[in-house]
This record gives sequence, C-alpha cells and structure tokens, in this order.
Amino acid sequence: MFGTPRPYWHPLAAGILLGLVLLATFLVTGHGLGASGLFTRVAAAFGVWTMPEATAANSYLGGFASGAPLAGWITWEIIGVVLGGLIGSLSSGRFRAKIERGRETTPSRRLAYAFAGGALVGIGSRLARGCTSGLGLSGGATLAVAGFVFLIFFFAAGFLTMRFMRRDWL
Amino acid sequence: MTWPLYDGGFWPALLLGLLFGLALEGAGFGSARKLTAQFTLRDFAVIKVMFTAVIVAAAGLWLAEAVGIVGQDSVYIPTLFFWSIALGGALIGAGFVIGGYCPGTSAIGLASGRFDALVFMAGMVAGIGLFAGVFDWIQPLYRAGQGPQGQTLDQLLGVPAIAIILAMAAMAAAAFYFGSKLEARFGGPVQVSEDDEQKSTDKYQGAGIGSQATHIGSRAT
Repeated sequence: MFGTPRPYWHPLAAGILLGLVLLATFLVTGHGLGASGLFTRVAAAFGVWTMPEATAANSYLGGFASGAPLAGWITWEIIGVVLGGLIGSLSSGRFRAKIERGRETTPSRRLAYAFAGGALVGIGSRLARGCTSGLGLSGGATLAVAGFVFLIFFFAAGFLTMRFMRRDWL
Repeated sequence: MTWPLYDGGFWPALLLGLLFGLALEGAGFGSARKLTAQFTLRDFAVIKVMFTAVIVAAAGLWLAEAVGIVGQDSVYIPTLFFWSIALGGALIGAGFVIGGYCPGTSAIGLASGRFDALVFMAGMVAGIGLFAGVFDWIQPLYRAGQGPQGQTLDQLLGVPAIAIILAMAAMAAAAFYFGSKLEARFGGPVQVSEDDEQKSTDKYQGAGIGSQATHIGSRAT
C-alpha cells in the first residue's frame, strides 16, 4: 500500500544526531529535551475542563490550572517532535496506520496493555520528575547522579518485566 | 560569549523538537516492537542510540565549558531524590515493556501511524491524574533520599568529568560490540520490513500456524 519502506538509520548515526540536537538544546535554552512534562500539562488541561475546582485545588496540578496549562516550552517542543516524526515516517515510507503488536497478541489485548503500560509510565514520570528524555538523556548528558539512578532502575525493571511479557512481543 | 542563550521561545523549541523527532523516527523508535526488542536482547538500538547521544552531548557540554563558551553551573542539572527516582524509573521501565513506549517515543509512534501509541498516551494522562489525586499522601516518598543540589557523577566520585565521559565511551563501545553479537544470535535487529511481513504470519489476520513456525525457526539461526 505504501511501497517498500527505507531501512532505519544506523544506530550510531541516529545517536550522533540525537546527541547534537540535545547539545544544541542545552546551548539555546539552558536545559535539555523532555517529553513527560507535556502529558502533565495535558492532564492539567483535561482536569480544568472536566473538574475545574478540584484541579485548581489539587496540590500537584493546581499550579498549572491557574493559567493556560498547555502554554509552555515543552508543548512547542513536542509539536516539533510529532512534526519531525511525521516528516521522517512519511518521507521514508515507514508510516503505517495500524495497531503494532506481537503475533501472539490480539489487538484488544495490545490496546489494554498499551493503556496499562502508559498509566505506569505516567505515574512513574511524575514520581521521578522526568522520563527517559528529561532524566535519562538530558540528565545523563549533564552527568547528573539523578539521571544515572533513573537509567539503572529503568533498564533493570525493563529486563525483569520482559520475563513476563516475552510472548506478547514475539 | 553568553551561552546558553536561555531562549525559551516558540521557534527554537519547534525546530529542536523537529530534529529530535527526526532522529528518534530514523532510529526506529516509532515501532513498539523494535523498542521492546531491546529487552529480549534481539535489538540493541535503544541502548546504542541513547548511549551515543548522551556521550556526544556530554562531551560537547564538557568542551563548551573547557573553552569558556558556557559557564559553570549554567545548564539545568536535575537533583537526586533517590527513592522517588528509583521507583519512578522502575515504573517507567515496566510500563515501557508492557505498553511499548516511553513518553517521547509515543509521540513518534503516533507520528508513524500507530494507534496503540495514542492509547498509551491516554494511559499516561490517566496515570498522571491518579498520581495528582494521591500526591498529598505520597509526599514523604516523593521527597525522600534527597541528594545535593544538581550533583553530578564526577562530583560524587571526585574524578574529572572527562574521565567519566571516556569511561562511558568505553562502555558504549562494548555495548555496540557485544550488542551486535547478541542481535545476530537472536535474529535481530528488528527491520522495517517486518512491519509488512507480520501480516502474512499473523494468526489473527487469517494466516496459518505453519508460517509462524517457519518464521520462528528462521529466527533461531
């Protein structure tokens, strides 16, 4: 339907570009790249929309609720990420409208797991004050102890969890 | 020179995000199967790409400080809160393997047409809402184990930053070498073409078990 897709880049090439973009981000903004912060803002915006009083009174999201929760650097950045991803996937023929899953998994099971995994990542990102981008990549690049503690526990839990998830990804 | 510029404007954010997205998509990080294959040792792209990016950016920041383009303590360095970062990191690792993405790569999954990435995002928003609901109760955990403000590994270990960066480069070289060996052993790395092959071997899309057995068999070589 979309023709033959071009292969992924060599990991070294992708890693070097990613590192240079991260370096440029530090030089331009004084901080690194992030991602989970956007979803915190989306949660705040959703809260303001559905239950404004409770959200404004909430000790975690209340700070976002006073202004426009989505107006922030990380929102512009993630709009860029999606645009860059679209340009990459469409120009390379790698775009596929589908539910990606292992062969042993039904689409409904895959979506249930995607939601559950997303919820764990959402909780984890707020506990850790960042995610793979903000703590792993950006924290790692500044040699922050916080970044390496994050990465060690991220990979350890990932390998442990795969012992129970292997069949779903075959 | 006056770097960093501390420019938090729209256009630099959009452009830097766009390049971030291009690199992640090119690496194959819009594919949940490729991302999670890191944890079956079939595909080392996650470790290879992350390691390389951290070293390139760390070396660049080190050089910029060494030649005086960037002042000391002029970029944001996160502070350790051991227990919440350890537990949060573990939850993200588990959620990544269960759900297939992390926050940034879910944006790339969506940009690659993956509906499961959108559902993952909905899960994240729900999880954050849940966290906000119980935030008052977990405050002690959230603040436990605080380290020194913005502490770095070279400060903790009392060695020069460049020693840490060189040690990481040596570890990255080993990760590339042994990672590629393990990829070959487990039939990896995951290729783009598998996205389309999957249809013909998928038992939920009308193909037989036989073709699956061939596929798994060919992987063992």
